[in-house]
Amino acid sequence: MNIISRGFRGRQRRDDDRLPPGQYLVEDFPVLSAGPTPRVPLDRWEFTIDTETGRTHRWSWEEFTALPMETPTVDIHCVTKWSKLDTTWEGVSLDVLFDDVESAAEYALVHSYGGYTTNLPLEDLLDGQAWLVHRFDGEELEPRHGGPARLLVPHLYFWKSAKWVRGIRLLDEDWPGFWETAGYHNYGDPWREQRYEGD
Amino acid sequence: MTAEYLDGNALAGPLGEIFAVDVTAATGRCANCGLTGPVASLHVYGPDPGLVARCPGCDEVVLRLVRGPGTAWLDLRGAVSLRLDVPE
Ligand SMILES: [Zn+2]
Repeated sequence: MNIISRGFRGRQRRDDDRLPPGQYLVEDFPVLSAGPTPRVPLDRWEFTIDTETGRTHRWSWEEFTALPMETPTVDIHCVTKWSKLDTTWEGVSLDVLFDDVESAAEYALVHSYGGYTTNLPLEDLLDGQAWLVHRFDGEELEPRHGGPARLLVPHLYFWKSAKWVRGIRLLDEDWPGFWETAGYHNYGDPWREQRYEGD
Repeated sequence: MTAEYLDGNALAGPLGEIFAVDVTAATGRCANCGLTGPVASLHVYGPDPGLVARCPGCDEVVLRLVRGPGTAWLDLRGAVSLRLDVPE
C-alpha cells in the first residue's frame, strides 16, 4: 500500500514539474472556438509568408506536404488552464519555411482562414520552436482542431498556435491579434502566467 | 452534433455585470454588412477564452467580452451603434 501510493505520488510530481503555474492536466483535447469552423478544400489551400518589403512566399498543399516533416512530441498549455502532456504532431518546422525568406522584421502576425489573427515576435517562430502541423496523434488534423493545418508554438499559451492557419505577415511594428486586442497578454508565456494584459 | 454557437441571450448575464440595462434587448447594426437586429439574435461563441458574438448575416465579429480576475474587456468595434430603451 505504501509503496503504491509513494510511486503514484512520484509520478504525479514529475508531471507537476511539467505543469506551468495555475494549470491542470487533461486527457481529452478540449475545443475552444471563437467562430464557425472554416472548411478549406486542399486544392484551394495555400500558406504564405509576406515580408515587410512586400515579397510573398507561397506554398500549395502539395508543395507544403512535400517538405521535410518532423514529428514533435510536446506539452501544450491553454490559457483557460488546461494542459495536455506529450501531444504528438507531424508537420514542417518553420525554420524550413523561413529558409529562403529574407527579412529584418522583428514581429510576426499570423492569420487564419476565418479571420483569426495572433501576434508574436518572429524569433519565437524560429530555432526549432514552431511548426506548421497537419497531423495529430497519427491522424489527419480534424477541422475542429485546426485542420487542414495549424500552427504549433508549444512554449506559448495555445491561442498563439493558430488553427486553420493561412499565412504569416512579417512586420517592423508589433500588431496585436484577435485575443491580444481583447484583454489577453501580448506574449503569453505560460511559465510566467502571462494570461491577461498587465500580468 | 451540437450547434457551434449559442444565441445572443447568452450575453445577458456577462453583460449584466457591466451595464445597468439589458443589452440583449438593444438593437445593433453590424459594422461590416449593415444588418440591423437585436443583440439577442447574434451568434455567440465561447464562453472561453472569451465571448465572441458574430453577425448572423455575415459572421463578422460584432462584440467581444473577455472576463479576467477583477477586469472585463469589452470590444464593440463591430457594432456601428446600439439602440437601447432606457427608463425615463
Ligand atoms: Zn454583418
